[in-house]
Amino acid sequence: MSETEDYDLKTGKGLTACPKCDALYVEEELNDGETARCLRCGSVLARPRAGAFTQIIALAITTMVLMVGAVFFPFLQISRMGLENGTSLFGVAMAFSDGFIAPLTVAILGSVVALPALRAALLVYTLLPLARGQRPYSHAASAFRLSELMKPWSMAEIFIIGTAVAMVKVGGLATISLGPAFWAFCALIFVSLANRSFMSSATIWDAIEDGGVHTDGREMVQPK
Amino acid sequence: MSDVPDMTATPANPAIDAAVEPDGHDAPVLTAHRAGLLGCRSCGRVWSADTHQCARCGAHLVPPDRRSLQAVWAWLLAGMIFYVPANIMPIMTTSSLGGLGGGGDSTILGGVLQLVHHGDWWIALVILVASIMVPIGKFIAIIWLALVAGKPATVEEAHSRLHIYEVVEFIGRWSMIDVFVVAILSALVQLGFVVSIKPGPAAASFALSVAFTMLSALSFDPRLIWRGLPLRRRKDVNE
Repeated sequence: MSETEDYDLKTGKGLTACPKCDALYVEEELNDGETARCLRCGSVLARPRAGAFTQIIALAITTMVLMVGAVFFPFLQISRMGLENGTSLFGVAMAFSDGFIAPLTVAILGSVVALPALRAALLVYTLLPLARGQRPYSHAASAFRLSELMKPWSMAEIFIIGTAVAMVKVGGLATISLGPAFWAFCALIFVSLANRSFMSSATIWDAIEDGGVHTDGREMVQPK
Repeated sequence: MSDVPDMTATPANPAIDAAVEPDGHDAPVLTAHRAGLLGCRSCGRVWSADTHQCARCGAHLVPPDRRSLQAVWAWLLAGMIFYVPANIMPIMTTSSLGGLGGGGDSTILGGVLQLVHHGDWWIALVILVASIMVPIGKFIAIIWLALVAGKPATVEEAHSRLHIYEVVEFIGRWSMIDVFVVAILSALVQLGFVVSIKPGPAAASFALSVAFTMLSALSFDPRLIWRGLPLRRRKDVNE
């Protein structure tokens, strides 16, 4: 436990500012299950949960496995008048590979496949040693910041809504059959929703710091 | 989810501590900026005002300053410019039975009307909301937020501004639905002579418009919303 009196208004030592409204707070160690909210704007400042890191790691690994399935298995197939056409996730992205809209292929592969998978890998890299109570790997702070920066750009769940809309549009034209990749993707959405409820970035930052990376001793737990 | 209502974070300024009322948010709040400090927007760590990089998470430290709004305006303008061709040019081209069965170019709005014509009201509504109402609503919301940011406000106004900001930030990515629909349709509906769908140039400019508007919302600093609050409540000022 850090001491409540142990802060410095000159250097910012032992203080926390709300990222949404800049309100200043004295940092305290929270007990498990407690939530610190900003008094002014109500944003969550910290929410430690016992075992949350292990759960996030498990869900991130699930994400990566499902993503492999989603990429390599057939995604959707249609048939009409004896003609058939199927597509994988890659095929969907390659739909834009003609002409000057080709960069859109990269954007779709990035936002639907690469960023969600990379984010999961970065989370595992950051949290694996922390969940075991070891020192974080080198560059853990940069890895976690990168994964936070990617957050708004990973769009797997939006893609699945797009699939639903496309299926209704095609429904009148041809018969659709769903491939394993489609179901893998549906599962991915629930995994990422579950992951979101376990995540508290402030808590992860504290853990990275407590673990001894990038620190000037401000947040180190007092020696016992 | 059972949040323990225990407020463990305590206001920092001992002088202001006494003024904090149990119901919270209408009491004067000391911000890092007023204390001459700089808060990190990425991880919340507080540094002295002359620090440029957060030593905990490596993020670049920026003071809550109206100058940061320039980036918001620039990205927003780019987003609005690309939204024009996105609506004028065709988003996809359908040809069925070698052109005999009808089809042709369709714009975003044309696609919605086509769906309404077929009686697919719900899907028409999804596309209408995601591709037309949300982008335009986002432009208006960001313009308004950038205009009023840092201007005097009451606590209630600040709360509704923060609320609008959070909605804009959350909803930004969902506009990409239409681009994904076009990609899936173009990849899937390739039945040669019977029916085939090709993407149009509007898909690219729509995607760019969404990306630029997201960048605009991301460069907006929500701390500016709270900067216009009076230091004390009116009652105190009048004394």
